[in-house]
Amino acid sequence: MDFKQWHEFNGGAWQNEINVRDFIQRNYTEYTGDESFLSGATPRTKALMEKLQGLFKLERQFGGVLDIDTATVSSLTSFSPGYLDEENELIVGLQTNRPLKRGVNPFGGMRMVRQACEAYGYKLSRKVEEEFRFRTTHNDGVFRAYTDEMRAVRKCHVITGLPDAYGRGRIIGDYRRVALYGVDKLIEEKKKDKSNLSGGAFDTAHIRLDEELYQQIAFLGYLKEMAAMYGFDISQPAANAREAIQWTYFAYLGAIKEQNGAAMSLGRVSTFFDIYIERDLRNGTLTEEGAQELMDDFVMKLRMARHLRTPEYNELFGGDPMWITEAVGGMGEDGRTLVTKSSYRVLNTLYTLGSSPEPNLTVLWSTALPESFKRFCAKVSADTDSIQYENDDVMRPSYGDDYAIACCVSAMKVGKQMQFFGARCNLAKLLLIAINGGYDHTSGMHIGPQMPVLEGDTLDFDTVMERFDIYIAWLSHLYVNTMNIIHYMHDKYAYEKIQMALHDTDVHRFMAFGIAGLSVVADSLSAIKYAKVHPVKGADGFITDFETVGDFPKYGNDDDRVDLIAKDMTHRVITELRKTPTYRHAEHTLSVLTITSNVAYGKHTGATPDGRKASAPFAPGANPMHNREENGALAALNSVAKLDYDDCRDGISNTFSITPQALGHTEEERIANLVAILDGYFAKKAHHINVNVMNRETLLKAYENPEEYPNLTIRVSGYAVNFNKLSREQQREVISRTFHEAV
Amino acid sequence: MEGRVHSFQSLGTLDGPGVRFVVFMQGCNLRCGCCHNPDTWDCAAGTAYTPEEVVKRAVRFKEYFGTAGGITVSGGEPLLQAEFVREVFRLCHASGINTCLDTSGSIWNEKVAAQLEETDRVLLDIKYVSDGDYRRHVGCGMAAPMAFLDEVNRRGIPVWLRQVTIPTLTDSRETVLALGKIAADHPCVDKVELLPFRKICQVKYDQLGIPFAFGHLPEPSGETMKELNALLIHQEESPC
Repeated sequence: MDFKQWHEFNGGAWQNEINVRDFIQRNYTEYTGDESFLSGATPRTKALMEKLQGLFKLERQFGGVLDIDTATVSSLTSFSPGYLDEENELIVGLQTNRPLKRGVNPFGGMRMVRQACEAYGYKLSRKVEEEFRFRTTHNDGVFRAYTDEMRAVRKCHVITGLPDAYGRGRIIGDYRRVALYGVDKLIEEKKKDKSNLSGGAFDTAHIRLDEELYQQIAFLGYLKEMAAMYGFDISQPAANAREAIQWTYFAYLGAIKEQNGAAMSLGRVSTFFDIYIERDLRNGTLTEEGAQELMDDFVMKLRMARHLRTPEYNELFGGDPMWITEAVGGMGEDGRTLVTKSSYRVLNTLYTLGSSPEPNLTVLWSTALPESFKRFCAKVSADTDSIQYENDDVMRPSYGDDYAIACCVSAMKVGKQMQFFGARCNLAKLLLIAINGGYDHTSGMHIGPQMPVLEGDTLDFDTVMERFDIYIAWLSHLYVNTMNIIHYMHDKYAYEKIQMALHDTDVHRFMAFGIAGLSVVADSLSAIKYAKVHPVKGADGFITDFETVGDFPKYGNDDDRVDLIAKDMTHRVITELRKTPTYRHAEHTLSVLTITSNVAYGKHTGATPDGRKASAPFAPGANPMHNREENGALAALNSVAKLDYDDCRDGISNTFSITPQALGHTEEERIANLVAILDGYFAKKAHHINVNVMNRETLLKAYENPEEYPNLTIRVSGYAVNFNKLSREQQREVISRTFHEAV
Repeated sequence: MEGRVHSFQSLGTLDGPGVRFVVFMQGCNLRCGCCHNPDTWDCAAGTAYTPEEVVKRAVRFKEYFGTAGGITVSGGEPLLQAEFVREVFRLCHASGINTCLDTSGSIWNEKVAAQLEETDRVLLDIKYVSDGDYRRHVGCGMAAPMAFLDEVNRRGIPVWLRQVTIPTLTDSRETVLALGKIAADHPCVDKVELLPFRKICQVKYDQLGIPFAFGHLPEPSGETMKELNALLIHQEESPC
């Protein structure tokens, strides 16, 4: 095939099949220089951003939600076009007809929608209630099939955060396909795939796929209609940079109009855009200033994306993040870097538009990245605390060089792989349940295999491990089955039509499980092994507390005695999970990630043998417990780096906070040292790091006087949040985290 | 062979160039009034390690050192255990790790001379610029550190001169200019660092039940530090 919009592009396999990677590889221009070429914000951009800041402020004053349309179910074409400033916008398209106004999306579940409306002083309209009276939602389906035991583990918070009441998210459509090929071509290819099915045996899987393809094709049609409402014909490929960004954004917008998934990540678009920008610059139809304006406008749109959530959800995640994750940089399989000038341009939006948690800018770090790009990233980190880093060198061997990150740390090949999101189980709580023989002291529920409470004055390591293994096996089996129900029902009642239309029809699926409380478990087992842990029983005969006598190695000090316990735990869990088959033959993966819910997990967990008090927060993700690091920052990083990515292919999150003073005397030193730290950490095969360069005093001031710090952004666990959107409890927890300080 | 170590800091960015693994040796021959590590004074305290054990720890951080970083042995006074430090440095060199010695330069003997053979850089604390101040506030004369500097200069080992800026004692223009003069007279010196006097160590003194000799003095203001540092930059730029 050939299109006039493709003039000057180098041809290749991408012209004969849907293959964005091949297009990128044959056409992009790597950039190894520094940031000096960048343009700042133009007066147009500043004016637009000022208007948006005003709306953000209004939204905060309205308690976090500016407006809700309670009568219109969000879909691709259900809202008339909306604008921030129609005259001056370069990239257009909003989820509803007005900026920051939220629609309702009951396909995942009605209860969440009703509660969310009521929490902000609205009432879901009769119209929507009527429309859904005879419809089954994803949430309805799941609860029809849940067993009593599944309900019980959910109720007592052993497994929490399951996507059983709203969209599952974590699926990244290859939104670039719309720009490169135009929608008509994509429909044509999907029709071919559908007709190819006709010869097969029509079993359940086959029929399901056949129907899904019908839905995908229908929704690609709606996507064209949606764009046409804004005056654009996206049936054909994009002809220039502005169109490429606009078409890609329309595809993403279609996805977030259709789905209210927790994480609605963007993918890896900046280097793709760069090819169009370079062509326009070459032809004199675009200037550097203009290129930055396009990027600024695009990012402004992403910052306006909203879903309607309940206050409980916001409390769990610290605001209402959408994890609009954009993967930046990385290396190609041929050894060229995938860093382009547009990698700089997208990071530059943190200066042109100010720092912000969204989009979730994620640098794919390789020790082979151009030095000047590394330095620029470090500078942006130190200035804005708004970017995270993930190890391209450990992911590329598995995912190639056109993967992206869903949510915080979940890698997948763009348009070729998707995942079934599965939140996480509370491993520390499970340890306590195991010791108590199937009794959860916090909820008072009997759960899992029923056994005697562990006997004896002192806990014995081997006995505890033997017992723990029984419960890990029990929970793993239950966890996989629970996930199977959730994703069966989501496919059935809330299938992601647009996002899956932007995937290959033959897609690889992951099923992503997770654990919380890893450092608590590692330290507790270390205490049992190396110190003396005396269980304390309550009047009911169950263990409620522990007296730990003597010192023990603590995770976070580069001490193999305990670090290998942590590593071994992840291996045990994934090995057990793999024993139970998954829905649609998905590949089991595991993450060590809590987002901000480490506070909530801690709240529902009793005292642990490591000395953590009942209800005290866990450390986030794979972090060592707060202030147990005795040998400085690098020792803590080394401990986390020992966790094996092969066991935790859904990601290992680590959040690192350091004071500027501890990084060096001058800005120059701080940048060089931060680069050295990142290079070292990733050379150790670590997977992920959030970097905050700030003083605790800043956070304390923001805690006391929030109105003075409306835009203070801080990386928490795989994403960034606006500090003010955290609950008071989460703010206190963030403040109490280890800040590596100068000595 | 064993040495007595006070503690390790895996991320040092302030004691030598780049990212450094810092070993704080136990024991000191001086009793500086501004000392921020009084817990390193007692030569009998700390934990005994072999040089191999120390280097094994350092090697775990090699990936972070890049081209600029490495190990820094500080203290306490590392020259009190010069033989041990020499062995640590020798093993570091065998592992391709750059070595840096943070010292007062107040000790000289054959072991120290041998130790310098394995030292890539010296951070030398010039505590005061007069013999009188040295004798009053440090517990040794100024001749020893100056002789040490001459020796290091003769050997061509690069040096950062460092001084703690203490209000009323070392915060005058004259002091800083004199320090700059010492640097200018020794080509081995490639940087002069002024470190603001800090009192967060008061807690340590309280815990140890030792009076903090300079506890009554204020910390220097950021403004003062800026002005004094400007003197050094100006001096470096002016043709001699």
